[in-house]
Amino acid sequence: MKGLKHFSVTVRVWRQAGPKEPGKMVSYKVKDVSPDMSFLEMLDVLNDNLLKKGDTPIAFESDCREGICGCCGLVVNGDVHGPDEHSTVCQLHMRRFSDGDVITVEPWRVKSFPVIKDLVVDRSSFDRLIAAGGFISVNTGAAPDANSVPVEKDKAEEAMDAAACIGCGACVASCPNGAAMLFVGAKVSQLALLPQGTPERANRALNMVAAMDKEGFGNCTNEYECEAVCPKDVKVANIARLNREFLLANLFSKK
Amino acid sequence: MKLDAQIPAGPIEKKWDSHKFNLKLVNPNNRRKFDILVVGSGLAGASAAASLGELGYNVKVFTLHDSPRRAHSIAAQGGINAAKNYPNDGDSVWRLFHDTVKGGDYRAREANVYRLAQLSGQIIDHCAAIGVPFAREYGGLLSNRSFGGAQLSRTFYARGQTGQQLLVGAYSAMMRQVAAGTVTVMPRREMVDIVMKGGRARGITVRNLVTGDLEAHSGHAVLLCTGGYANVFYLSTNAASCNVSAIWTAYKKGAGLANPCFTQIHPTCIPRSGEHQSKLTLMSESLRNDGRVWVPKAKGDHRPANEVPEEERDYFLERRYPAFGNLVPRDIASRAAKTVVDSGYGVGRTAQAVYLDFRDSIKRKTEEKIKDEYGNLFDMYYQITDENGYKTPMRIYPAPHYTMGGLWVDYNLMTTIPGLFALGEANFSDHGANRLGASALMQGLADGFFIAPSTVAGYLGATKFEAATTLDREFTDSAKQVQEKVNRIIAIKGHKTPSELHRQLGNVMWNDVGMARSEALLKKALKKIPEIREDFWKDVTVSGADKDFNPTLEKALKVADFLEFAELFVKDALERKESCGGHFREESCTPEGEAKRDDENFSHASVWEYQGEGKEAVLHKEPLAFEHIKMAERSYK
Repeated sequence: MKGLKHFSVTVRVWRQAGPKEPGKMVSYKVKDVSPDMSFLEMLDVLNDNLLKKGDTPIAFESDCREGICGCCGLVVNGDVHGPDEHSTVCQLHMRRFSDGDVITVEPWRVKSFPVIKDLVVDRSSFDRLIAAGGFISVNTGAAPDANSVPVEKDKAEEAMDAAACIGCGACVASCPNGAAMLFVGAKVSQLALLPQGTPERANRALNMVAAMDKEGFGNCTNEYECEAVCPKDVKVANIARLNREFLLANLFSKK
Repeated sequence: MKLDAQIPAGPIEKKWDSHKFNLKLVNPNNRRKFDILVVGSGLAGASAAASLGELGYNVKVFTLHDSPRRAHSIAAQGGINAAKNYPNDGDSVWRLFHDTVKGGDYRAREANVYRLAQLSGQIIDHCAAIGVPFAREYGGLLSNRSFGGAQLSRTFYARGQTGQQLLVGAYSAMMRQVAAGTVTVMPRREMVDIVMKGGRARGITVRNLVTGDLEAHSGHAVLLCTGGYANVFYLSTNAASCNVSAIWTAYKKGAGLANPCFTQIHPTCIPRSGEHQSKLTLMSESLRNDGRVWVPKAKGDHRPANEVPEEERDYFLERRYPAFGNLVPRDIASRAAKTVVDSGYGVGRTAQAVYLDFRDSIKRKTEEKIKDEYGNLFDMYYQITDENGYKTPMRIYPAPHYTMGGLWVDYNLMTTIPGLFALGEANFSDHGANRLGASALMQGLADGFFIAPSTVAGYLGATKFEAATTLDREFTDSAKQVQEKVNRIIAIKGHKTPSELHRQLGNVMWNDVGMARSEALLKKALKKIPEIREDFWKDVTVSGADKDFNPTLEKALKVADFLEFAELFVKDALERKESCGGHFREESCTPEGEAKRDDENFSHASVWEYQGEGKEAVLHKEPLAFEHIKMAERSYK
């Protein structure tokens, strides 16, 4: 365990009252920071102090605070989800910072994720992508015994690697093109790797790519930023598989 | 209040089938004329919405998150039980039924639990079919592991992210229905009232969390899939937004609230590190398959764990419960940890922890294999504590995790309010006084995928509905009342933040109503809670406007409900003078310190009925009959 000496930091935060209001960076001093605090707990302390002074607390999203719900998402000192590799910002702890540090905090800055307030953005476009084809069309009650369809262990593991996506949007936020290819690629891969998802694979690829264009997400130009920031380490190989699925669907689909 | 559990007649194996046959159906062409409001989008809500949508009903789903995929079911780690008997180790529907009733310390309804066990296999079939990437063996078939309270392997899993995978599966199935036009998702909406008309639940009032506007939605049935209330303890493994408000609203509208004091304290959580702590993180129960729990044999031994020689370690679970060892049920493991810590054997800087040690498993299986099975949990542990769980034992301590109590429901999952259903953790039905690991996911999905689609249809088919629209006075009155409450909170402009008051309540609940309860402590809590509540209504501060995105106001509304609910929770704990499952009364234990039930006086569900502001709630009892399972002392020795 490292030393438990408390320290002070300054946070520069993006404040924006509403979607159509102008925003600006505002600085706040936070004293008595414990290295064991999470970054979001430090913001909690700051917010309680603001509230006590009659100011409006900084709006930011988080829920599970254990890196799985995908609610949280901040750009900390220019890093999507902060400086730790393959981690959500709720798992970032203050032991990564030192006394006197100035920490810049911004929201995801992507056209397809408009700001609602301060650090909160609207990611409902991701739900619309899933509704376009990120599922297997099987009605409840119709399934055969689970063991009647064997799945190669390696394929199941690969599908699980892709399925680990938490839908936080970091991939889009880090991409210079604002592309959602890693998010869509992960879902298309998961379902294409499993025999259960095979019957719909062509339509799924076509429909999800069409939805991606409609939502205004950009295209992949192999920057690999998405993989670098993905909290669940979802690989760009999934984008390659998406491209392959899309190409094959275009070549052979009857639509 | 009349409690009629509607348990079908006939042998227990045939009850569900014959009940489904007796329930009314709704003609496929008429289904779209019925509006069903589903509140919450976790496993229960998403699976109910998906199934009801597939059947052709007109479904609206409300979630307080930005996306339905964020619901807290997502954080469940270890697995989901099913009586498939794939490992050939003697499992059956009967055994899962038996283990669940025994695990719940004989305080659940037999017929419901049997049905749950019966449906468990179908859940796995369906989830595999919709693309849940369960763990597999090399032959391509599904893999199983063991969980607490069972002497066999019946838990299906997807690494340490089973809840996530099942939730995303149910969410995808629901989004398919969004595309099909049968389901509409209403994100960033929080239910603030249930609207009654003609004695039935006919709609809800929701607060749009972006604009602050109150919106009215009418329907023919309302399904509360709103999860549990472990956040009444402030610090718990629940997500920040988990709350009691939907349950509490239903209770105040006349729904019976059952066994509120039945809460589960999970033994393996990362201990708190300071005052700033906002939540406690669970380390999956599955870790107890390979981790050994111990403390030093000497009090106040501050040596680093690895320097404590084998013969100076007390593997207290293995010592006290040789038959189940580290895999005793959660309530027993938690109390055992509390006992050693309270007696001065705790480890770590705060001495409020015990070790969970993987040294021997790593030796036996290799670090690679352990990483394969639990890698993400070790990563999480490292991120939070800055310690490497492969090299030094993890420090763990119990934390509030799940609530077995909830809205009383009959066999149809309907509350005492006609048309108001409760699914998943929000109801009280299946886990008695203690839930076994990997059974929450099973219950949420059984309720949503398989039970509600039949029983909600049964209600719709058998009911003559009067017209109800959002222009009715019932809806406008509801919005007016909610607005008055919001205005009242905003107008206080005091000095204390909602979080501060919530933390105060949590301290009382954890210290006086936590793992060990006594009449003296409970009475103390009953004095303190109203004081905090009074303080809230005099001195809370919520800045900002109400017609705005205002997370502080959301929090204040939740804390206001927790402060009312907590009192009923404590009364229920006081009323139940026996120990059972997660409810441990110091006055009722065996000479060895184990929980002692009082079947003669407490073999019932305690169901509370609201009587109005400032009036004492009335207690009703649903007697529990055990015809198939012999009640015995719950021994894991």
